[in-house]
Amino acid sequence: MIKIHVDEHKCVGAGQCVMAAPLVFDQRDEDGVVVLLQDHAEKDLEPGVRKAAKLCPALAIRVEET
Amino acid sequence: MERVVIVGGSVAGVTAVETLREDGFAGELVLINGENHAGYDRPPLSKHVLSGRMQCSDVALRPLDFNLQHRVDHRLGVRATGLDLDRRIVLLDGGEHVRFDALLIATGVRARPLAGQPAWRGIHTLRTLDDALKLRTDLLNASRVVVVGAGFLGSEVAATARKLGLHVTLIDAFAVPMLRQLGREVGTAVLKTHGEHGVEMRACRMVRDFEERDGRVVGVTLDDGEHLAADVVVVAIGALPNTEWLVGSGIDADDGVVCDEYCRAANGVYAAGDVARWFHPGLGASLRIEHRMHATEQGMAAAKNLLGKQVPFAPLPYFWTDFYDVKIQVFGRIAANDAMKVLAGEIGASSFAAAYHRGGVITAVIGWNASRKLRSLAPLVGERVDALAPATISAA
Repeated sequence: MIKIHVDEHKCVGAGQCVMAAPLVFDQRDEDGVVVLLQDHAEKDLEPGVRKAAKLCPALAIRVEET
Repeated sequence: MERVVIVGGSVAGVTAVETLREDGFAGELVLINGENHAGYDRPPLSKHVLSGRMQCSDVALRPLDFNLQHRVDHRLGVRATGLDLDRRIVLLDGGEHVRFDALLIATGVRARPLAGQPAWRGIHTLRTLDDALKLRTDLLNASRVVVVGAGFLGSEVAATARKLGLHVTLIDAFAVPMLRQLGREVGTAVLKTHGEHGVEMRACRMVRDFEERDGRVVGVTLDDGEHLAADVVVVAIGALPNTEWLVGSGIDADDGVVCDEYCRAANGVYAAGDVARWFHPGLGASLRIEHRMHATEQGMAAAKNLLGKQVPFAPLPYFWTDFYDVKIQVFGRIAANDAMKVLAGEIGASSFAAAYHRGGVITAVIGWNASRKLRSLAPLVGERVDALAPATISAA
């Protein structure tokens, strides 16, 4: 299980996180800023979340091991 | 393989370090970083760092314990000056050298100066964190700034300077900003946006001369003879790959380190990021891409191939730019003269999305303040243009 932190102020709305883990991330309609659908991820979602954190071009996603 | 040397400590280099460790490389890792700071994020430099909203610590790519965690021998402030492929060594500027079993070249690009650009105070280019801090200091004491080049960087700097309350003149060699990158229609919308925010545009103009007083720039003269007073001049006309250190090494450098589809430049030598010119197997073209996401993706891909994965690197390119209240995002590769079809909103409105196409194939999709919409359109890139039928779009 991991805990996910997002920084809305850093987010640039690239949407890479949604493509990598659509069950965990979404984007606001008006400006594309990240919306966290769940702040914890079970084992099966972890690879997608880690990929999202890695690809995020704004360094706006942080993964905390719990 | 005992030692991997990575030359370049920015996004591609740092991402490669991470990937090598995650994929099980247990040997020595040496990171040669010619900059004065550990890897930092560049997109905020022209925006939040320049405006003062972000500090140096906000743009660090990785936490302070990164090198310890990844067992990296980080040579900060050390430049590579040469490469000897036969002896498998990288020469360093202190006269030292470092031996490698595999090498990743990620030396990036530097700002391209204008021909004959003087070294006076007040004349800036913007590439590094130090560049951004120096420019910010100058802008805070200025009232008039001239920005040369209305591409992504120049437009972002112009917008930040307006936010800081400066009088801004933006000069570009073409009729509209970003003409070569985004085409005439979107370029016209960018031009209109600059105008709405009080920027004075000089299109189809070049700087002919600079004027100084006591070693400090006080103005420029354009090629039509117009004189513009300026406390600060920012030159933002593109970048040049840092490949001089490879001259005579046997590595082919032709507007970037020439690589195959595996990001490989020679046996055991790979390249990634802004400096790499590699063969994109999906697009069938040799490309060099200077965008933030690309550096991450190629750093990962090159590191995996260096470890023997042999996966061709064929990304869907992505970039964005932010100026004023506008965010432009593009998936794909736009070429000059690509045709365009608007998919949502209209060009010139506060939000729109469109597709570019050429030869019946969709080459790129663009969003103007349309992030969420654009993500749903990204899969269209590479499809036949028939996919742009109205029914398909509304379903996308």
